[in-house]
Amino acid sequence: MHLAAHFPGVNNTTVWADPRSRSQIDFSSFEHLARTAERGLFDFFFLAEGLRLREHNGLIHDLDVVGRPESLTVLNALAAVTDRLGLAATVNATFNEPYELARRLATLDHLSAGRAAWNVVTSSDAFTGENFRRGGYLDRADRYTRAAEFVATARELWDSWTADGVPRPVAHRGEHFRIEGEFGVPRSPQGHPVVIQAGDSPEGREFAASAADVIFTRHGTPGAGRTFYADVKARLARYGREPDELKIMPGVGFVLGDTDAEAREKAAGIRLQQISPQNAMLALEQVWGRDLSSYDPDGPLPESDPVPDSALVQGRVRHGDPLAVAARWRALSREKGLSIRQTVIEASGRQSFVGSPRTVAAELTEFVATGAADGFILVPHLTPGGLDEFVDGVVPLLQERGVFRSAYTGATLRSHLGLAEPVWKG
Amino acid sequence: MPPIRPLHLAAEIGGPPHYDAARYTGLAQLAERGALDFVTLGDSFARPGPDALSVLSRAAPATRRIGLVPTVTTTHTEPFHVSSAVATLDWVSRGRAGWQVDVSTTGAEARLFGRRPAAPAAELWREAGEVADAGARLWDSWEDDAEIRDTATGRFIDRGKLHYVDFEGATFSVRGPAIVPRPPQGRPVVVVDGTTDPARETAARHADVVLVRATTSERTAGIRDDVRRRAVAHGRDPDTLRVLAALTVDLGGAETAPELWPASGPPLAAHGTYYRGGPVDLADLITQWHRAGAVDGFHLTPITPERDLERIVNGTVTLLQHRSLFRTFHPGGTLREHLGLSRPANRYAPDRFPEGERA
Ligand SMILES: Cc1cc2nc3c(=O)[nH]c(=O)nc-3n(C[C@H](O)[C@H](O)[C@H](O)COP(=O)(O)O)c2cc1C
Repeated sequence: MHLAAHFPGVNNTTVWADPRSRSQIDFSSFEHLARTAERGLFDFFFLAEGLRLREHNGLIHDLDVVGRPESLTVLNALAAVTDRLGLAATVNATFNEPYELARRLATLDHLSAGRAAWNVVTSSDAFTGENFRRGGYLDRADRYTRAAEFVATARELWDSWTADGVPRPVAHRGEHFRIEGEFGVPRSPQGHPVVIQAGDSPEGREFAASAADVIFTRHGTPGAGRTFYADVKARLARYGREPDELKIMPGVGFVLGDTDAEAREKAAGIRLQQISPQNAMLALEQVWGRDLSSYDPDGPLPESDPVPDSALVQGRVRHGDPLAVAARWRALSREKGLSIRQTVIEASGRQSFVGSPRTVAAELTEFVATGAADGFILVPHLTPGGLDEFVDGVVPLLQERGVFRSAYTGATLRSHLGLAEPVWKG
Repeated sequence: MPPIRPLHLAAEIGGPPHYDAARYTGLAQLAERGALDFVTLGDSFARPGPDALSVLSRAAPATRRIGLVPTVTTTHTEPFHVSSAVATLDWVSRGRAGWQVDVSTTGAEARLFGRRPAAPAAELWREAGEVADAGARLWDSWEDDAEIRDTATGRFIDRGKLHYVDFEGATFSVRGPAIVPRPPQGRPVVVVDGTTDPARETAARHADVVLVRATTSERTAGIRDDVRRRAVAHGRDPDTLRVLAALTVDLGGAETAPELWPASGPPLAAHGTYYRGGPVDLADLITQWHRAGAVDGFHLTPITPERDLERIVNGTVTLLQHRSLFRTFHPGGTLREHLGLSRPANRYAPDRFPEGERA
């Protein structure tokens, strides 16, 4: 089983009002979570990215945690206070250039002695583009052709030095990039930093199957997980790859208690904190795409349909067709007699493992044994102490079961993930 | 004679490319033991070497006091990313970040990106000024107390204290606000080599620390006066600028007499000033130039950092300390404090400025 730690940072799941919640910016928070993950022998530490502050109805969204440092810079600093832990940065392929990013990633791989990873994301809306030179918007298909060419170009650069440590000129001429010259960094300790993909469309899955080492997915429930897992693993053969060469790791939450009942009670309390009445109304407006301030969060859902292609919400990844989501929410609300807030709580939860450490260890093991995942990216709801009880309580039980390592056996992230070093085409 | 001001010392820790972290952290720690204001790490896409900002963020947790100033060029990079990365260096170092602004003028660099052709230095320095300006605005785009964590209203931030920068440059625009909250120093320290004319104009307008390469103390003093005059023309208080003489130093032949390129030597922009001699003579040179009021301090680039930085710290600096010309420890925690520069007020914070004076 592979385990990674997601630094909660900017999102709507962190319970920042909890008195134990600390800064999401200070380096001490990153250091604490990373050291905890390394103490737990995790594969890697993971940072998400957002390149423009989210807006709701033309105003900066002010209810959730907001503000974060730049990922690669934080990870280089974390390389100084950890020894084995993989260090994964989410960096957009649309708003960066291959030469510069490949150089920064290779630098991290050198400075961390082989622990770098890049989560390639493709969000490309014009809203985010307003912060960048190129601006502009890439349509759905183009952003993945750019991402695929970006990764291929980075690999050309990473491979371009000879084994004797001499740079050889690269000449890349593609649809998106034209690059000529010598790369500034010799081949890095892992050969290539580990490539992670997060994105769910058929184009995204195809890109992952062709180029990624790990997929970060939202499909963490047993049913959806198995379907996604089977679908993606089946795509690998087309690229001459074995199922083992791509690890599938859903992002999941967890809530632990001394007993299952206590954990369930805690989890319900956390959901109520995450989805305040205000947050419930925002979530509703995000689906409906219009102002619903006249509605009561404890009352029923709107009868009217969502506005398609609404610009009410900006800077947030939208999942699914709003009409379908609204229909699903209405059905859920009718079936269980739920208010707006209760519906949002029911419908918006991601997979969470809730129970005693023993129950959670058993469930995680079961997920991996039944082909729903190769491992998990754990998303704590507290910064930065949210992983402590998992590492202290669940990890020893996973080790007892023999499904998780008892010591790091290798030095690089590739070795933790059981991935071969890429063949040097140099 | 102008009053003697505190002496500032900085050193470059680059040299031939290395890719192991220990080498750089070792040099930064050595410079820190010498109580130097900051170390720089040069960078360019034109030659092999690791990304400088990454190297210095790797060094941040391994050091406690010394300022960390990577070169980040503005020509083929994204202003928004540059501003975020420098602000983050300030966060991970708890207020010790600087940014040496530079440009990429060569066709070779342009071809590594394939986005735009090479351009004349004057044009690129104008753009660099805009990037520095946009970067500083992004650093200010969060007021210091924007994060409120107000459980009563459920608001994490006060959105009234976040500001769009809406910067429109000739080659780029940025909407803002930053994604990174205002860094510990308010604004990390901006360093520009102001030796050449187009760079000097950008330096006078945007830099906190200006490096100048000149072969005599008179020439250096002349450039310093020029920079200060230009700063005044941009509405700045010239005493918020620190002008450091940039010297390349070779302390390999400790026994030989000091040698400084004469004024008629090779072109300065290409070679800078070159000092060869012993650490004691270097201390004498620093003492003379500083006593003459020519400079606020020195930026030393050792020819062989491993050897020369050790000689600078244990020889030159020790002697300057003995003469009470240089401090023996860092009294403050941030780079701005080392340099005697105050934390800048936030241009967007309304209560700090009388109405009508806001940027
Ligand atoms: C689990 C997961 C995590 C993601 N994390 C980020 C992120 O941190 N930053 C970002 O800009 N986009 C992120 N994305 C967005 C994707 O990169 C992509 O833009 C989005 O999923 C739409 O692409 P798709 O249509 O292929 O799903 C994430 C997506 C998924 C599924």
